[in-house]
Amino acid sequence: MKYVDEFRDPEMIRKALHEIHALADCRRHYRIMEVCGGHTHAIFRFGLNELLPPNVELIHGPGCPVCVLPMGRIDDGLELAGDPNVIFTAFGDMMRVPGSKGSPLESKARGADVRIVYSPLDALKIALKNPDRRVVFFAIGFETTAPSTALTLLRARALGVKNFVVFSNHVTIIPAIRAILDSPDMRLEGFLGPGHVSTVIGCRPYEFIARDYRCPIAVSGFEPVDILQSLVMVLRQLRAGVAKVENQYGRVVPWEGNLAALRALAEVFEVRPHFEWRGLGFIAHSALRIRDSFAAWDAEKTMPIRGIAVADPKAAQCGEVLKGVLKPHQCKLFGNQCTPEHPIGALMVSPEGACAAHFKYAHLELPQQLPILQG
Amino acid sequence: MSASEVQIEFYDKQISMSHGAGGEASRRLIEGLIQPLLANPLLDPLSDAAVFAGPTGRVAMTADSFVVQPLRFPGGSIGELAVNGTLNDLAVSGARPIALSAAFILEAGLPTEVLRHEVEAMAAAARSAGVSIVCGDTKVVEHGRADGMYISTTGLGQVDPRADLGPRRVQPGDQVLLSGPIGNHGMAIMLARAELEIEADIRSDTRSLVGLTAGLVECLGSDLRWMRDATRGGVATVLNELARDAGVTVTIAEEAVPVDDVVRGACELLGLDPLQVANEGQFVAVVAGEKADSALATLRSIPGGERACRLGMVTAGSRPCVLAKAAYGGVRVVDMLVGDPLPRIC
Repeated sequence: MKYVDEFRDPEMIRKALHEIHALADCRRHYRIMEVCGGHTHAIFRFGLNELLPPNVELIHGPGCPVCVLPMGRIDDGLELAGDPNVIFTAFGDMMRVPGSKGSPLESKARGADVRIVYSPLDALKIALKNPDRRVVFFAIGFETTAPSTALTLLRARALGVKNFVVFSNHVTIIPAIRAILDSPDMRLEGFLGPGHVSTVIGCRPYEFIARDYRCPIAVSGFEPVDILQSLVMVLRQLRAGVAKVENQYGRVVPWEGNLAALRALAEVFEVRPHFEWRGLGFIAHSALRIRDSFAAWDAEKTMPIRGIAVADPKAAQCGEVLKGVLKPHQCKLFGNQCTPEHPIGALMVSPEGACAAHFKYAHLELPQQLPILQG
Repeated sequence: MSASEVQIEFYDKQISMSHGAGGEASRRLIEGLIQPLLANPLLDPLSDAAVFAGPTGRVAMTADSFVVQPLRFPGGSIGELAVNGTLNDLAVSGARPIALSAAFILEAGLPTEVLRHEVEAMAAAARSAGVSIVCGDTKVVEHGRADGMYISTTGLGQVDPRADLGPRRVQPGDQVLLSGPIGNHGMAIMLARAELEIEADIRSDTRSLVGLTAGLVECLGSDLRWMRDATRGGVATVLNELARDAGVTVTIAEEAVPVDDVVRGACELLGLDPLQVANEGQFVAVVAGEKADSALATLRSIPGGERACRLGMVTAGSRPCVLAKAAYGGVRVVDMLVGDPLPRIC
């Protein structure tokens, strides 16, 4: 498969690993954060962390949109879904994420009209096909998915659709990275920058990381070769004692970002004064709300949303895991009370959540000797 | 006699509550439509039970219910699944089918045309496996209480005296074989639901596995240790069940897993693992290590088994688990699926 196979090529992977082992100074310990949940998933799926030198430690970052969504927002959304006249639409990623009274999938089983869509435009299509009902799109994601929501709202306005609203839970990545860098219990040597987000925002917004915090960062793709090459870039910078932004994912990420997408974002959204992140608390200027000029399509302005606040279960240490202070399996609930089947924290729900990825792919001690397999 | 030659005498355009009430309308439905399509000497008397001479030796009996949406999808339909699914449960138990039963739960308002198509599909699937549907039942529920129709089937089979299957027989050194490419059924259904607005030419792999499994039993006898059809939850789930039930580690070679390019592409796009996607025409077999080559040759010589492959091997493990090893050395745990596979977007 084009654009996949060449980046899973065993020879390229071996080469990159060889270089990582050569670059990693055995007297140093490297803590490198992969910001994006997609990277976390790929690292576990391809078993990459098992192949790294023991002193190169990957810390899983906050870049999983469903993981950082506070439970109250899910409860708010599902209250809307309780109205029999409402068709509640969301990405598949959201379906198993628990609010305080259950997940969207459980709401569906109880009779709510909950539908999975692949794009917000599909939600708009559902609205056009069901003019007597109101369609709510529960929007989640970083700058990766926000432009598609913006384009959908532009189209809804152009078509004059009256029965379609968006409940925006879009967040922005830069304030979260800054919050982590400013966190006193955090010490990081470098970053793998998020690939998909950067296709929209480009590489420039990361410059403060290198300039102000002296941290190398490489914007990375999602295949094994991508991730390992990005690690090589970060380790090379560390060895040379420099800190800059590098773009490993140049085949997809333009340095300046996607200007058309950024324009659509600016037209439809504005930055919220603050927004709650699950596990990280309130972060200033870290989320997007819909501008007043699109108020007619904004669920928060046209529908009864209570703004439910739900405290996370006390014993769960999602925040520490999200910040990379704790490894998933170091949480008191990991694997006993909190499992993919009965998730307590959202990190255990999404396949991109550090806990789910850890549980799914790495919760067992891997045997040292594996049988030789013939094809 | 093919379905098109069958004389149908049922003129109601759709199913109503009265067709399940046991009176005249029920009689019209059963005698006019269902019995003619499924006709065989054991069913034809329409008595309370089909009575026939029992087999000698071990019998296998299995039940399955089918609630798929949509009822028809590329490559198959609920009727075909209802027969093949139950035949396959017998097949992987080392049995040849003797007889099937079929129970229908129909929703009032179901077009007769839809029911007829499904009964014809069941008749065709049963005929090609050389087995009869010898008894059945029909109920009708109010509109909105069932997704068009549900079908429940039971299968009775005779276990081949040479077959000795079970997790207790699996031991370190055994090899794991797979009958062919995976993921087609689950992806065909997911795309046929049309919720995702993705189009791809993926067809369900629904088929009877009786020929392939019988061939393996004949070739290997007691060197065939264990078989399981990889339906819901996919190959990942059955391998995990194997590891748990037999108390072993199963290690598979990631690059050995056969997946059609179009299925792989759809899985990549939706963030799904083909190992966790459902199949309706593939099975996993564990065979004695030294018999793996001849088992594979046998499978490949049987029509429908051309793409059978070696998937991995069984080792002693401190903790039962399934591992996938990539060509570059990376190892991951292959876990069971929680719930249905959901597409991942953000």
